[in-house]
Amino acid sequence: MLTTILFYVYAAVLVGAALGVVLARNPVHAALFLVLAFFNSAALWLLLEAEFLGIVLVLVYVGAVMVLFLFVVMMLDINVAQLREGFTRNAPLGALVAGVIVAEIVYVVWARQLGLDLSGGAPPLPADFSNTKALGAVLYTDYVYPFQLAAVVLLIAIVAAIVLTMRRRPGLKQQDIGRQVAVRREDRVRIVKVEAEQRP
Amino acid sequence: MSDAATGGMALAGSIGLPHFLVLAGILFSIAVAGIFLNRKNVILLLMCIELMLLAVNFNFIAFSRWLGDLNGQVFVFFILTVAAAESAIGLAILVVLFRERRSIDVEDLDVMRG
Repeated sequence: MLTTILFYVYAAVLVGAALGVVLARNPVHAALFLVLAFFNSAALWLLLEAEFLGIVLVLVYVGAVMVLFLFVVMMLDINVAQLREGFTRNAPLGALVAGVIVAEIVYVVWARQLGLDLSGGAPPLPADFSNTKALGAVLYTDYVYPFQLAAVVLLIAIVAAIVLTMRRRPGLKQQDIGRQVAVRREDRVRIVKVEAEQRP
Repeated sequence: MSDAATGGMALAGSIGLPHFLVLAGILFSIAVAGIFLNRKNVILLLMCIELMLLAVNFNFIAFSRWLGDLNGQVFVFFILTVAAAESAIGLAILVVLFRERRSIDVEDLDVMRG
């Protein structure tokens, strides 16, 4: 009973937050609504007994990706009014497509039952089951090569983001240690022979 | 929630797999509608893609739970990794684009040369 109430409360807030992302006038508000959506999804994933992924969603998405989004939104000087020009004109088409997709999914999932027996709930997990431990046991054995590849993907993302956004400003004064070390005496010191002035 | 006596049995009685799948479907279609509505603003397009990935992850985790197969959750783990990389690079491209054009309107972005 408690699970039912929790599911519907979190699902309602999640759908509301998603609508907020789509309809918000200000991109900062949209980003914050997306944070709310991620928090509610994490709660629902906990309800599905996927504890590790729920925590990862909060840590990685809310902690890193959404902060990145907020930084970019605040850094760019955007003319919001100009970007929302086609909003009302595209609204009927968007609503129509969304309605069709929802209808199709409800038909397949609810009416056709996917060919599975979905009447019952999930089989309950034992009380001492550790989701993190089970996930780690699979991840470090069967999926060890994809795991390494994921690390490489993240490394590429770091390098690409830095290379893309780094810019060299002309006229910027900076230290070139190689040239400092390689300097020779002849480059710097010039001995000038000055004739002594004759006393009149 | 892994307590078999409370969480598991309560879940077995009331909330089924279709509930989660329909929730994910609603989330996905909201994101699709968002792409139609905000089709000029690249930042909101990226946010809508994040919402779509979230909906897909919902499906993976729900099926993983109901079929008792942990591979679905491993897949979600990799999707989260790749999505984080994707949004980092996407936002970097967006920042470079804004420096070049002073605009993030999709309609201004119609040539490939810088």
